Amino acid sequence: MTQAELRLCSLLLQEHFGEIVEKVGNSLLRTGPRPLRLLVGDTGLLPDQVKKALCVLIQHNLVHYEVQPRGSVEYEARSERILRILRYPRYIYTAKTLYGDPGELLVEELLLHGHLPMSCAVARVADRLTETMEDGKTMDYTEVSSTFVRLADTHFIQRCPIVPETPQSAKSLPPPAPALAIAEKDMYVVPRLSLVGKGKRRHSCDEEEEQEHKAKRQKKEGGSSETPPDDGIYWQVNLERFHQHFRDQALVSAVASRMDQTSSEVVRTMLRMSEVTTASGASHTQPLSSNEIFRSLPAGYNIGKQVLDQYLALLADDPLEFVGKSGDSGGGTYTVSILCGELGIPRPETLPSSGFGSRCARIFRLLLRKKHLEQKQVEDFAMIPAKEAKDMLYRMLSENLVSLQEIPKTPDHAPSRTFYLYTVNVMAAARMLLHRCYKSVANLMERRQHEMRENKRLLEKSQRVEAILASMQATGAEAAQLHEVEEMITGPERQQLENLKRNVNKIDASENQVDETIFVLESFIESTMKR
Amino acid sequence: GRGRGRGRGQMTFNVEAVGIGKGDALPPPTLQPSPLFPALERRAAPLPGGEEGEYMLALKQELRRAMRGLPYFIKPGAPRRDIERYSDKYQLSSPVDNAIDWNPDWRRLPRELKIRVRRLRKGRTAPLVPKQHAALDKEETIKKLESLEKKEEEVTSEEEEEKEEEEEGKEEEEEEYDEEEHEEETDYILSYFDNGESFGPDSDDNGDEAVY
Repeated sequence: MTQAELRLCSLLLQEHFGEIVEKVGNSLLRTGPRPLRLLVGDTGLLPDQVKKALCVLIQHNLVHYEVQPRGSVEYEARSERILRILRYPRYIYTAKTLYGDPGELLVEELLLHGHLPMSCAVARVADRLTETMEDGKTMDYTEVSSTFVRLADTHFIQRCPIVPETPQSAKSLPPPAPALAIAEKDMYVVPRLSLVGKGKRRHSCDEEEEQEHKAKRQKKEGGSSETPPDDGIYWQVNLERFHQHFRDQALVSAVASRMDQTSSEVVRTMLRMSEVTTASGASHTQPLSSNEIFRSLPAGYNIGKQVLDQYLALLADDPLEFVGKSGDSGGGTYTVSILCGELGIPRPETLPSSGFGSRCARIFRLLLRKKHLEQKQVEDFAMIPAKEAKDMLYRMLSENLVSLQEIPKTPDHAPSRTFYLYTVNVMAAARMLLHRCYKSVANLMERRQHEMRENKRLLEKSQRVEAILASMQATGAEAAQLHEVEEMITGPERQQLENLKRNVNKIDASENQVDETIFVLESFIESTMKR
Repeated sequence: GRGRGRGRGQMTFNVEAVGIGKGDALPPPTLQPSPLFPALERRAAPLPGGEEGEYMLALKQELRRAMRGLPYFIKPGAPRRDIERYSDKYQLSSPVDNAIDWNPDWRRLPRELKIRVRRLRKGRTAPLVPKQHAALDKEETIKKLESLEKKEEEVTSEEEEEKEEEEEGKEEEEEEYDEEEHEEETDYILSYFDNGESFGPDSDDNGDEAVY
């Protein structure tokens, strides 16, 4: 793990779970898997605090445990999973675009709590949706349930591994930690529940006390006196599936920008058909016959069968190889190549341009295409004056975006008789850029926290004023009184708050943006390593 | 290759091949670490705006705010003060003690991690129901015993006891109220008390405001 990754994980844990969890997570990340007592000693925290922190981390799948042969339990932090916290907004937004508000809230609840039983998730989401509805209306559980089932069917959520059934008459002591496991085929099976009910509103002053207390009781943590029907069956978000969706989206938009809207629709259809049949690490989808594709095209597209065949042929012939022809049965079978190579390369291409200028990008693309070039050739092909070309090459060299390859002419490798060729080592460049991205996000987060700390006093004051205003409005104060309270925050202070808000928003948006790049680079590196 | 030290500024390879011609001025040697905030040569590209970006931004901030309020966010204990103050007993924010604020499924966790579950405090914003005296003898004794410990708030045994009560068919209001009763053994409503020393996110009940 690089320092940059460690620092970023640390910041993410601290921001979302507090300092105690951060300390524990840090210790695990830096020194590797260890048992509880070593962890307590290392962090200097109280044993109960460490236990709490571990419970939280395990609940959220950020740490997993393993029983060692000697009987002790070792805990290990999962750094790549911690980094995913950055992407939570993207997952939730995607769920919203695909499945609307119930989908969005279901994914959000599952992310916030790590894992939940279906009954619990559905109840919570129904309550939240009810809050937003008009007075008197409530959200029925069935709608939320059906969205839940759809999410499970398309693999966006999956079941957590379950506790193994232990025989009642276990002769030996129960193990120090359960060995959770789940079969692949069970992962998306939704238990047959009949969840009946409607969402409950949080109490308002008008509601009767009795109803209020009923609602409160329902909301208590684990408050129901009977065990829910799906006890022990927990669900979590399947991040890999979301990643697959993002990749598909990127592919479709790449096709659209390279060809046209219709061909991107064709590719989108093909991808949709193979959503659940493609294994998560596969490089190609399953072959699809053009007849099947024709049948599955969205209703609005009235292209004839022959036109479709033409499009498929065009896509297959394209040098970027988005689509490959894999056979002739059923009118020709085609697969979509999911390799991110095609996507990864355009992205690193644009990065030099943002840091170095468009001419550097030109040189970079040139080197990618031609693989190895001499200094002189670079100048000629890129049509850039020698002096500038030299300067750019050295800068990129110093940043490790390009590297020098020596080709000796003579066995003694004499420098005067050796070719020196510039080349791009794509993997190294990608890794270097990824490292930079982690650093950037960590810096952004620190800056944002700094801004908040600097203005803490002012923020607290404004919160107090808001609270006072709210309570005054609730008790029906006059406009003049409200105005007086508002005046407590002076003009310049308001300005300062505005600035703060603008800056924090900008920083947050940048973090989201960098995370997109992180996703592309990580996928690229991962898929290239698998080849 | 050539011997060391002979001929200043000579490299082991033919510099012309790399493009540094004879007599070209090389950049001056660096004598100090690079500046902390180097001048930007070109401005960064503007952030993509649009509905998607705005929505994700709002989501991100909302998530941050929400996670701070969940029991998974473990707040460090209140710092020990120099002298014990009377108000310590009635502080809203609970110091870290050996109890956990949510109810994990202990079957899924290693046994060594199991600690006491503290019942989550809900209904802070509830308008309080006027007192109703009921026969809570059993509870009161236990309550008194427990209140002897300074940091004691709620224990699982209490929870069980309350469940029993429910089954016995006692009135619902009591349960809601028991929360308040057990905590403070005074007639004063705890949520109205504010010693002004800690005014932070804890006491901000107005959860609708965005925290930046």
